[in-house]
Amino acid sequence: MKPAAFEHLRPDTADAVAGLLSPEAKVIAGGQSLGPMLNLRLARPARLVGLGAVASLRDIREENGMIVLGAAVSHARIEDGDSPVALPPMLRHVARGIAYRAVRNRGTIGGSLAHADPAADWIAALTALGAQIVLRSAAGTDRRVAMPGFVQGAYRTALGPDEIIAAVEVPAAMRDALWGYDKLCRKVGEFADAIGAVALHPASGHVRLVSGATGAGPLVLAEAGADLARSARHPGSPALRDALAAALPGTDPVKLRLLATALSRAIAKVLPA
Amino acid sequence: MTSGIGARVPRKEDARHLNGKAQFVGDIKIAGCWEAAFVRSPLAHARLRGIAKPAGFEDRVFTAEDMADLRPIRCESTLPSYKVSDYPALASGKVRHVGECIAICIAPTRAEAEDLAEAVAVDLEPLVPIAGIDTALGPDAPRVHEDWDDNLFLTTRHDGDLSGAKARAAVVIERSYETARQAMNPMEGKGVLAHWDHRADQLVVHTSTQVPHLIRTGLSDCLGLDQAQVRVIAPDVGGGFGYKCVLQPEELSVSWVARRTGRAIRWTEDRREHLTAGANTRQHRYKLTAYADGEGRLLGLDADIWVDVGAYSVWPFTACLEAAQAGGNLPGPYDLGAYACRTYSVATNKPGFTPYRGVARPGVCFAMELTLDAIARAVGKDPLEVRCLNLVQGAAMPYTNVTGKYYDSGDYPAAARAAGEMIGADTFRARKEAAAAEGRLIGLGYACFTEQSAHGTKVFAAWGLPMVPGYEQAMVKLAPSGAVEIRSGNHSFGQGLETTIAQVACDWLKLDISRVKVTMGDTGLTPYSTGAYASRGMVMAGGAVSKASEELARRLRLHGAHLLQCEPEETEIRDGAVWKGQASASFAEIADAWYLHPDRLPEDVDTAGLEVTEGYKPDIDTGLFTYATHAAIVEVDPESGRTQILDYVIFEDCGRRVNPMILEGQSYGGAAQGIGSALFEETLYDGAAQPLTSTLADYILPGPAELPHFRLGHSETPSPHSRHGIKGVGEGAAIAPAGAIVNAINDALAPLGAELTRIPATPHRVLGAILDASAAREAAE
Ligand SMILES: Cc1cc2nc3c(=O)[nH]c(=O)nc-3n(C[C@H](O)[C@H](O)[C@H](O)COP(=O)(O)OP(=O)(O)OC[C@H]3O[C@@H](n4cnc5c(N)ncnc54)[C@H](O)[C@@H]3O)c2cc1C
Repeated sequence: MKPAAFEHLRPDTADAVAGLLSPEAKVIAGGQSLGPMLNLRLARPARLVGLGAVASLRDIREENGMIVLGAAVSHARIEDGDSPVALPPMLRHVARGIAYRAVRNRGTIGGSLAHADPAADWIAALTALGAQIVLRSAAGTDRRVAMPGFVQGAYRTALGPDEIIAAVEVPAAMRDALWGYDKLCRKVGEFADAIGAVALHPASGHVRLVSGATGAGPLVLAEAGADLARSARHPGSPALRDALAAALPGTDPVKLRLLATALSRAIAKVLPA
Repeated sequence: MTSGIGARVPRKEDARHLNGKAQFVGDIKIAGCWEAAFVRSPLAHARLRGIAKPAGFEDRVFTAEDMADLRPIRCESTLPSYKVSDYPALASGKVRHVGECIAICIAPTRAEAEDLAEAVAVDLEPLVPIAGIDTALGPDAPRVHEDWDDNLFLTTRHDGDLSGAKARAAVVIERSYETARQAMNPMEGKGVLAHWDHRADQLVVHTSTQVPHLIRTGLSDCLGLDQAQVRVIAPDVGGGFGYKCVLQPEELSVSWVARRTGRAIRWTEDRREHLTAGANTRQHRYKLTAYADGEGRLLGLDADIWVDVGAYSVWPFTACLEAAQAGGNLPGPYDLGAYACRTYSVATNKPGFTPYRGVARPGVCFAMELTLDAIARAVGKDPLEVRCLNLVQGAAMPYTNVTGKYYDSGDYPAAARAAGEMIGADTFRARKEAAAAEGRLIGLGYACFTEQSAHGTKVFAAWGLPMVPGYEQAMVKLAPSGAVEIRSGNHSFGQGLETTIAQVACDWLKLDISRVKVTMGDTGLTPYSTGAYASRGMVMAGGAVSKASEELARRLRLHGAHLLQCEPEETEIRDGAVWKGQASASFAEIADAWYLHPDRLPEDVDTAGLEVTEGYKPDIDTGLFTYATHAAIVEVDPESGRTQILDYVIFEDCGRRVNPMILEGQSYGGAAQGIGSALFEETLYDGAAQPLTSTLADYILPGPAELPHFRLGHSETPSPHSRHGIKGVGEGAAIAPAGAIVNAINDALAPLGAELTRIPATPHRVLGAILDASAAREAAE
């Protein structure tokens, strides 16, 4: 399959990128999700606006207690810790489990969030870490949307028609978080069948248990989930099973069990038996 | 000599592949070549009411109506009850599967051709889709082919008398099994580039095929050209596996358009086309009843086998090879007692069935091997012991089995025991208990099979196919430089034949392999061959090269003796020369004398010269039987359903090994494909026969991380019937993995009371079986 014809623009500021957006235009970052969709002609924008020339979107810095990752930072850079400021270990671990290296070299954190594949890793991991997404509009103004609120369902986000993702902000305290991440997938580098993501930061009272790859957006199981966590180290645990079944009505029992397994394994990394 | 039979010679073809210099159809450059894209059916079953070409582009879009002079692919068979179907290059009247070609569009680039394809308006009236066997055989089923009175391409029966087995059986095992539909996924899909060569007055067709000479025959028939007016060239081919051993509708359309327009036209299959229109293999269903005595000895087997063969019969193998082979091969390496079997080749709205590496036997082996384990569990014996009891014993060789297969040589139980030893069968139970104590589920499984290779004239004639292979020909000649050239109409597309047939020549001519040039796959340059399929390449092309090389060696000694002024009987060949004592005439000198300085030869020189073409087939037509036992140890994670292969052993006997390194590669590759069938690969359909797995994100192929480190063991029982004792081995390793792995999974799951009978054994299926078993247990309590 070859894509339908399109025009390719590469402006050099984030505002200019946002300014070029229209119903006929689409941002392209690493092209690892959009590329296949163009080839299959499932996406057929008349114009592609590339992020490659916007240097600021590749910045990583620390500001006001937040680690700020530019939207066009690649999975590979996060995996390698190729950053002027230390990255939370959980980010590096999650990056390493996305696809395989060739895809990670090009795929970006912003692209993954904007695409919002329900089985993707970042939407779940960043929810557990309490990240917020910085959206830049054509007018040059920024707004911030916290995870998981940024993801509104499968492939649906809070992005407005004239907005792009400029950056992702992760609380710097998450460097010290206790975390667990478990991804069940059919082969190395595949999208997940189930994700469990847990981050605890007792000092700031941050407790997040997240079930990912549910078919919709990431599911936060009770902000104050410590009790659940303690009882949920076995995937067969009724507490966990009931919590998932209640939150995901209509999900088939095998899928529920996979979600429970991933979550309980993530928890076990934080609270060993 | 290091390059002869038995040497681990590096592959001649690898340098160009590793340097990116190989020439696949997509790499060929012909000035003015345009690209083609197909309009394909979005529906599985529909009446084709009309096709509207985009205005202004009428001469760039072609439909069946334009190609009235093109005959459909029509594959006859003389088997009783067989029904013939027309397989048109472009749909006419009706479409019968998603992805069926409706129109071909040409443009300077593929992207533009696809733009054009999108602009073609196709008017389809949906018909009730036949998505599977049950619908097809239902009482009011619509017909795939309207002039038929049911949806069966063929039924076969083998009516053995089971009354004795039934009367004496201590154990009766009944099981149903299913294997998924698959796509073969060669790295390079189909590809064809055709143009008319005015100088040669020939249609020249470059196509990614295993069987160039057959394609020439088939193309000429359909296009109404004399075969001399068609030259088919199979350049580098990126994997075949059976996918490319049949005449392709796209080969017809592209050739027709090239001839009509006077342009070079190329089409290359993309992965989505492959995964939808190419999902054409492996889908079987079994219902077996096995009768055994209290020791686990098989007394009889009763079987029904259904194959979902899709809509069309492929040329030249028909839609029925699969089911016929399944019925014939189900007994496998076992001594069954009585056997009754009925097979049904069921027409559905899916792509036409094509034989894939192992042909029928991966399904058959899966069904048989799971049944043997069920018997072993029922009689409380070790599965390996039950196998050894039932396998045809070494002392019984040669042996004619219950379906008339002639097992030429070997010791099947010895291979099974050797595999058991390699995998550590005697200590496994202790290992399993230790794992269980840690809460881990591990299991051991076996699968045994025979691989009928290079079956020939009588076998194919009995199937009544339009093509019956006979004598394979090869040319071996001495170049004026003293180098050796081999020409074979067979083809090398990853199996290493380019290297191994050169080794056979080296064996006779005592040359280093660098002095041997091999040309294959071009009907303009090579003697006729029906091509590479049925594990026949090494036996047949190798045998033909052997025979021709032997004759060339004889003539070299004749000519050499002239130059050495002695008798031919006094000479010997070594180091690229003919020797008498200390004196020698190099091949270069002998060639120079014959081609350029005949003044050095006597008047009565043998004028047959130094170019030899010979035809060869083994002493028997019934095939040479390679055999093996695979053994696997797996761990099943009961919380995720994931299976991890902890150890994998293959013990095989394929007669004389021509190049052990290449053989290992064949084993790894075949086993990898078998593991794909066992655990990963599946073309899923919805109720409307729409394929749901149209990209590699949905159709999961195993990757390096999913494959175990295969451990191989060998014995060598040369076939008494082939040159050098060679047996075929190309398909074998793909046959057994599903049986071995699912038996191992079932062994691991036995404590939970779960049993799998369907592949692929995906985590979802394994976990589902575990949850079902535990629900059943709870209900019972
Ligand atoms: C073989 C393969 C395996 C994969 N496996 C995994 C996996 O295991 N886990 C996983 O999470 N992902 C996986 N992916 C997806 C991968 O992570 C992609 O990199 C990611 O989904 C998209 O990032 P991208 O930069 O390539 O975005 P693109 O493909 O360029 O764009 C994706 C979408 O986001 C939009 N977009 C991109 N950047 C922005 C922005 N800054 N602002 C607004 N919109 C934007 C685009 O318009 C487009 O709609 C896999 C991909 C492949 C090809």
